[in-house]
Amino acid sequence: MAEVHDRPPEQFTLKMRRYDPESGEAPYWDQHTIELEPHRSVLEAILQARDRFDGSIGIRCSCRQAICGSCGIRVNGEPALACHTHLDAAKLGAKDGVIEIEPMGNMPVIKDLIVDMDAVHWKKIRRVTPWLLAKQPVPEREYIVPKESMVDVTQTMACIQCGACVSDCLAMEVDPGFIGPAALAKAYRFVGDPRDDQQFDRLNDLAQDPQGIFDCTHCFKCVEACPKDVNPMGQIMRLRRIATGDHHIVDKNNGERHEQAFTGLIRDNGILWEAELIPRSYGGASWFGKFAPAAGKELLNSLPTAFRGLRHRKMTISKILKPHKIPSADLKNVQAIYDKIESRPERYELNLYIVGEDEAPASSPEGEPVAASPEGSNS
Amino acid sequence: MKVAYWPGCVSRGFTPELHGSMAKVAPLLDIELVELDRACCTGAGVIAEHNQELADTLNARTFALAQQVDGAAMMMNICSTCQGAQSECQERLDANAEYREHVNSTLAGEGLTYEKGLTNKNFLWLLVEEIGLENLRSRVKRPLTNLKVGPFYGCYIVRPRNRLGIDEEHPRDHYLDQVIEALGGTVIEYAGMRKCCGFPIITMNKEASLKQAGRHLGDAADADADCLVTPCPLCHLNLDLQQPLAEQVVSRELHMPVLHLPQLVGLALGLDPKDLGMSRHVVKPTSVIDWSTSVVAAAA
Repeated sequence: MAEVHDRPPEQFTLKMRRYDPESGEAPYWDQHTIELEPHRSVLEAILQARDRFDGSIGIRCSCRQAICGSCGIRVNGEPALACHTHLDAAKLGAKDGVIEIEPMGNMPVIKDLIVDMDAVHWKKIRRVTPWLLAKQPVPEREYIVPKESMVDVTQTMACIQCGACVSDCLAMEVDPGFIGPAALAKAYRFVGDPRDDQQFDRLNDLAQDPQGIFDCTHCFKCVEACPKDVNPMGQIMRLRRIATGDHHIVDKNNGERHEQAFTGLIRDNGILWEAELIPRSYGGASWFGKFAPAAGKELLNSLPTAFRGLRHRKMTISKILKPHKIPSADLKNVQAIYDKIESRPERYELNLYIVGEDEAPASSPEGEPVAASPEGSNS
Repeated sequence: MKVAYWPGCVSRGFTPELHGSMAKVAPLLDIELVELDRACCTGAGVIAEHNQELADTLNARTFALAQQVDGAAMMMNICSTCQGAQSECQERLDANAEYREHVNSTLAGEGLTYEKGLTNKNFLWLLVEEIGLENLRSRVKRPLTNLKVGPFYGCYIVRPRNRLGIDEEHPRDHYLDQVIEALGGTVIEYAGMRKCCGFPIITMNKEASLKQAGRHLGDAADADADCLVTPCPLCHLNLDLQQPLAEQVVSRELHMPVLHLPQLVGLALGLDPKDLGMSRHVVKPTSVIDWSTSVVAAAA
């Protein structure tokens, strides 16, 4: 470490997006070259630029050690904590060596790098009732809960409310009302808490909301953005799993029906029968689903698309009417897997956050033979 | 190179031109495809959302079948979503011996066992890491000169980086750019190239889904792309099949052809656009066909 810290100061050029809505002027790019040791942070660079060149640069910061979550910005287009991003790493990811600094996305800019967290992030957090609604009667002393269940919710408790995941959420980009990754991760913190009394109501609320758990596009952006490994998208998938699997909540957004339709079609055929997925997602997870009013309406709306598909031979009448199936012996084996797993009294899940990895991952991009070598010798 | 080949569902369903073009391109790259026709769907993330153990076991079954293919160097897929869904399951299976045993006990009835350490690569990764860009370049018969191609990566093949083995040494999130360049084309960068096509929410929030597709197509058009190329058939469905609807949602004409990766490779390797199934696209790849016709005419 000493060697790293002994590296002499270098020059770094920051290209910063500036904007003061009150000025009435359009946003513009500003550029400053600062001098700092390469291991120092982008935040320190911004503060140096502010001290030396332009005292009007707006940046919010406090702890400077990735705890308070105040200094969320975009570095070279990616969300990051300014205090947690080293200058040398930022330069490596920069085009032409110039580090690009912008405010976070999906939130209005108050000034320069400061965004309005109240208007978006905190409003969404409040939306999910972010406090414990305790089971009654409250015990005289502490609650006794399984250790694993608390380790489990610790992952979402690690959130420092920096807004990085909100900034990068692709669903929110097209649907600003989406409750979003940070708030839904917070929702899991209470849904997953055995002391909470409102699991069903919380989930029903989030499932029925058109901008709730089924509005997530599964793009993994929040997983990448999070500096604390909260895995918001993973938490959203768990909310869906508990809502549909444990509480059998049928939502008006087709979330549960889509899941049942998809899972059922694979059970029936081994591979997906696309032509049936749409009507069943709208009308219900059976062949009769297409006769439900909601499915009929959607099928009618989809007719032009279907005709275009048929005209271009993307689809054929036989593919629409008859599924492609895997060989029947294999299908039976697949169905046996379904039967065995779905008949378990409780879902069996491996949560790597709780158990960790017991071995080094074996697959490497280098390309190893398909046939694995004996356990432990091919890590 | 012999590979255990997982074509996925959609390439045999609504994007038959993908499976077809892969079959045509493989021999030109000395890839022998042994199709895993006994395997089932990866679940595309939806089965995992329903029941994680079920998704892991179904995919472990596919991995076990791949490991039985004699002489195969690895498993290969042609669908980003399959890659992402399989990588997620494999991460859990490879991380924990006890869990792997538990999953294998379900497969035991069929006499199958998944052994940790499968290598599973999307065709894009295989192109760059196994065949190599220089090798690919040397096989090009008709360089894509002056063809402006926008890469559309989709989500499942670029995120999360750790799980997908993306690092400085393996910049897999830049491979499409590298392949387009190796084929002689011009890479067009645009805002949506690594964003979501919207397909996963098409039945839940159609407008948001189509807005995503429409915006990316519009961004690519504004950046002057002749066409897009994608390694994901689900992205193709939203970007091509649904493009006329996306046009209505974003209130603009788009006319942006979207090619599957093997189609673009096949074009540069000298195959005819029609043989690569380009007539099966909803948005006719006129720009690509015109380009191809002009190149052939110039050569004559």
